[in-house]
Amino acid sequence: MKTKNAIIFLIVIAIIGLSMFTALFGLQLGEYQIKPIKEAINQGLDLQGGVYVVYEAETDAEGSELDQMMVQTIEVFRRRVDSMGLMEPVIRREGEKRIRVELPGVENAQEALALIGKTAQLQFLTPEGEVILTGSNVVKSQAGFVNNVPVVELGFDSEGTKAFADATAKFIGQRIFIVLDDEVVSAPNVNSIIPNGVGQIEGGFTVEEASRVASLIRAGALPVNLTEVESSSITATLGINALARSVQAAQIGIVLVLLFMLIYYRIPGLVANIALCVYILLVLGIFAGLNATLTLPGIAALILSVGMAVDANVIIFERIKEELKLGKTVRSAIDAGFKSALRAILDSNITTLIAGAVLYQFGTGPIRGFAIMLIVGIVVSLFTAVFVTKFLLKLFVGMNINNNKLYGA
Amino acid sequence: MKIIEKRKISFAISLIIIAIGLVMTMINGINLGIDFTGGTLLEIDLHQAVEVVEVREIIDQYDKSASINFIGEERELVQIRTTSDFNSEDRAEIFTKFKEKYELPENQPERSQQFGPSIGKEIRNKALLSILIAAVGMLIYISYRFEFRFGLAAVIALIHDVSIVLSVYAIFRIPINGSFVAAILTIVGYSINDTIVVFDRIRENLRFIKKSNYAQVANDSVNQTVSRSINTSVTTLVTIAALYVLGVQQIRDFALPLMAGVLAGTYSSIFIASPLWVMFKEKQNKTSYKTKTEMN
Repeated sequence: MKTKNAIIFLIVIAIIGLSMFTALFGLQLGEYQIKPIKEAINQGLDLQGGVYVVYEAETDAEGSELDQMMVQTIEVFRRRVDSMGLMEPVIRREGEKRIRVELPGVENAQEALALIGKTAQLQFLTPEGEVILTGSNVVKSQAGFVNNVPVVELGFDSEGTKAFADATAKFIGQRIFIVLDDEVVSAPNVNSIIPNGVGQIEGGFTVEEASRVASLIRAGALPVNLTEVESSSITATLGINALARSVQAAQIGIVLVLLFMLIYYRIPGLVANIALCVYILLVLGIFAGLNATLTLPGIAALILSVGMAVDANVIIFERIKEELKLGKTVRSAIDAGFKSALRAILDSNITTLIAGAVLYQFGTGPIRGFAIMLIVGIVVSLFTAVFVTKFLLKLFVGMNINNNKLYGA
Repeated sequence: MKIIEKRKISFAISLIIIAIGLVMTMINGINLGIDFTGGTLLEIDLHQAVEVVEVREIIDQYDKSASINFIGEERELVQIRTTSDFNSEDRAEIFTKFKEKYELPENQPERSQQFGPSIGKEIRNKALLSILIAAVGMLIYISYRFEFRFGLAAVIALIHDVSIVLSVYAIFRIPINGSFVAAILTIVGYSINDTIVVFDRIRENLRFIKKSNYAQVANDSVNQTVSRSINTSVTTLVTIAALYVLGVQQIRDFALPLMAGVLAGTYSSIFIASPLWVMFKEKQNKTSYKTKTEMN
């Protein structure tokens, strides 16, 4: 009996140890690779730096008309964002008229915002200001060189080709105007008729500017005017610093809790500490599995929940102490302790769960991260503090570690 | 511990703290965050100590009522808060003025946030609504699990804790924003949690007594659960304290009220909630005794 329990205990410890190692450093098993938890969890903008903006469409459109407008806008945003080559950008509709764009890891937030929010309305105008063709006639747009000067090369659709040919025939020797977002970027002289549907914008561009303008024209114009109703940017340095300091706080906080439990409750304290390690592993694992985003308040919730997770254990152990004082054996004291503590644990956790659920429902952004962490934390702590601790405590009793003093009495 | 007999002292202590908080709120005013009011926040690293007047000179061209603070360890980070919301173009323009004047190497502010007034109103209403819904939800649950007088006592203890936390916000001028809601709801959860453990004990002990000596039952129950109450608040406080000491500003703004909330929650579950329940119970007994004698 004694050896059997000891062996089971060692196996459990080995599994937990291996899991902790995997969580910290990752694991490679043949074809399969498990990423370390640090890489497996999505980090919020407040931890890795970046920018988000919420746009609101200035329109009275409703129903399917509005839907279509929003879908188109999102499509244009997506093309523009894709041209920036970012990891995991988020573009999604929020409510009726709003679109949220999140760009993690962007280095120059202002520039990125300017690029996404640009109207990008391209027009070719006659000397009298009449529209020859617009961006919707453009089928090709790329940066190129003419005499070593960067230009934007355009290709037109059939309608545009015809309009352009007619216009260049009509205005030979005069200037036509190329206007991008109400700004004249180029006013070339028409030297000859251009019948083949190609055009160039010579705007005195640098290479980067030429490719930026080209990609803006390619992405097309936004179908509706948008206002920024909410936006936030944070540098990567600030985010990484916040993460590092929170992780350090977590480490110190957790170590202090482990020490307190061990010193105050001895054997049950040790068991609670093992359960706490399982708790942290499970919470992080579930968090990664849910594909939830870790935010700064989320880390705060995790650290806070560690303090609260031992609460169930504290309730149980205090009960066990009382039962031991009544003269019960360790074994029956443990049974009675768990039994009488369970109701208080359930009642108290359900109320916190209500708070978490409400926060999740009504919170936005970082607060949601907090709520998810709180909810996951409560559910997992019920499992680890009740079942894992009970299982381990029974193993200890099975190993004939039965001295009342070791159980804090 | 004779908690019930000394309830006047504990009630008085709480009332004094809450009164101080109220006075401070009246003196300091409520510091609403820009996510509640709408507005702009900019944090720019100036890499040097700068007089407020110089910053004011630039900002006055945009918003004369902007508040200016220097933060960070070296006080070289200027934090500008305005209630008018500037879009990213305006913010870029403001930043460029600082970049030119102080020859900054960065291309953007360290942090920059903007909330339109309509968004601010929405977030604020949602926040109030969520606190209300959570409180009602918990009240329903407790009334279902416990008798009504327990629920009433628990809710008064809860209001007590929230009042103390609000006092902390007023005294330290911590902005009331999105994290405030999270902090308040966490405290609400924690405080109820703490009270329930004591009430659960009272509920259990009530089965063993014959005479209705509620004061005795409450005293015993509190004494039986007091080491749990203290130990749990120690483990929770230790972790929050680590956050407060090591965390960045936003986390500290969150951790400080939480610490106050945990302390208040522990205090109220011992010194406020149970004495209140005894008062309610004794009152109930007196009235039912009276009705009985009158009927005879």
